[in-house]
Amino acid sequence: MNVTLGKDLIGLASLSADQLRLILDTAEPFKEVSERPIKKVPALRGKTIVNLFFEASTRTRISFEFAEKRLSADTVNVSASGSSVAKGETLVDTAKNLEAMRIDMVVMRHPSSGAAEFLAKRIRSNVVNAGDGTHEHPTQALLDLLTLRDKFGRIEGLKVCLVGDVLHSRVARSNIWGLSKLGAQVAVCGPHSLLPRGIEALGVTVFEHVEEAIHWADALNVLRLQLERMEAGFIPSLREYYRVFGVTVERLANAPRNLTIMHPGPMNRGVEIDSRVADGPHSVILDQVTNGVAVRMAVLYLLAGGKLELADAAKRGGGAE
Amino acid sequence: MTRSDRSTILDARAMSRALQRMAVEVLELAEGTERLILIGIQRRGVELAQRIAKLIEQDEGMVVPRGALDITLYRDDLEVVGPKPVIGPTHIPGDLSGKHVVIVDDVLYTGRTVRAALDELTDFGRPRRISLCTLVDRGGRELPIQADIVGLVVKTGPGDRVDVLVEELDGRDQVDLIRGTPKEVSG
Repeated sequence: MNVTLGKDLIGLASLSADQLRLILDTAEPFKEVSERPIKKVPALRGKTIVNLFFEASTRTRISFEFAEKRLSADTVNVSASGSSVAKGETLVDTAKNLEAMRIDMVVMRHPSSGAAEFLAKRIRSNVVNAGDGTHEHPTQALLDLLTLRDKFGRIEGLKVCLVGDVLHSRVARSNIWGLSKLGAQVAVCGPHSLLPRGIEALGVTVFEHVEEAIHWADALNVLRLQLERMEAGFIPSLREYYRVFGVTVERLANAPRNLTIMHPGPMNRGVEIDSRVADGPHSVILDQVTNGVAVRMAVLYLLAGGKLELADAAKRGGGAE
Repeated sequence: MTRSDRSTILDARAMSRALQRMAVEVLELAEGTERLILIGIQRRGVELAQRIAKLIEQDEGMVVPRGALDITLYRDDLEVVGPKPVIGPTHIPGDLSGKHVVIVDDVLYTGRTVRAALDELTDFGRPRRISLCTLVDRGGRELPIQADIVGLVVKTGPGDRVDVLVEELDGRDQVDLIRGTPKEVSG
């Protein structure tokens, strides 16, 4: 297979089905690395990776950091508060300064859509998008894909519905791209105010009622309802949201089949998801977290490296037999 | 491709005899099955380790633990531009401490794969001893590594290629030597 990822991972919109499969297939053996007595392989030894987080994140940053450390990379965490960013430095200046210290990769989360691509075009280091505004969160969607593939053995033909705040969700966007490219049927369900206008153009089905989505789907990906949305007037109240769109045991009991339940976290229990569902037998929410490390290891491994002089040396002889 | 000249250096019967002899030698080297663990290197080495383990089990009536090792993440040429090698599964049967691990591979050439395998195995524990068993030793070492048990020694140059076929993956048992093809970068 002669598929490569290129220099950066910005989003799933620009990846081919073969590239998506390459990442998922590569993630598979990395799962085992995290089960070893010494959870570390030397693949990225000597690489320096900067985790540049302009937005709060616990799970994603820690997951990336585990992935980096288990590949033997050296890591530095930079957050917006308490850094030169707080003093008004531009994104490019921050990154150029980091590059001047000879780094190899940047993993970035940023509140502005397009920030990852903007940066990738301006620095030599590999850039991995860890979420940019409402644009994409590719590694989250990849771990969702891996979890679905583990559970069902395939992605093609699966019916997956994203439930909740699709409008503000970069997770939803990346999921729609990834799932469609791999041949799944994708639907969205949520209040009108939280669905982007014209989303049908992406080839997704729209359900107005969560009951319809539950009747149709093999798996639900329940999106986090950001509490700020209520203050901004997108929904009347959290209690009403739960009453109308909450994924509850009672609603799932009417499903024609057992639905697999996913959630990108952090969960608002009792808002978008019932605790009994989140902790129930069909929830794969913690499998998603485990798979997150493997998928991120795969992405870092596939992007890293690429020194031309070494390629020439290998062609002349000296590769492994 | 320049001119190529393919000849079979082991056919199915010769390979079967070689594996039987290797199984006996493994058993002698390990002084029985008590501490023995066979670890095959992905991909053909895994199948060969299975064969040898089964032959020993037939003779001894004891179960021989066996595993699989993919050394890709321990390679010294990961910096190379181009598609990354596909990584196969790694499975190590239990704790290696105090065990006699026999690494099984299809072809021993530069020794870089074995170097990587030694590093990787060390991360799984501290075996009492590690030995190397290979179906074909084609010479051309770039590291101070030697096999303890060899099926067949064959002299080759850097432009040659040795293809090991096993029934499980390739439909037949056979080892071919291809003279004068350009050197493969990967594999």
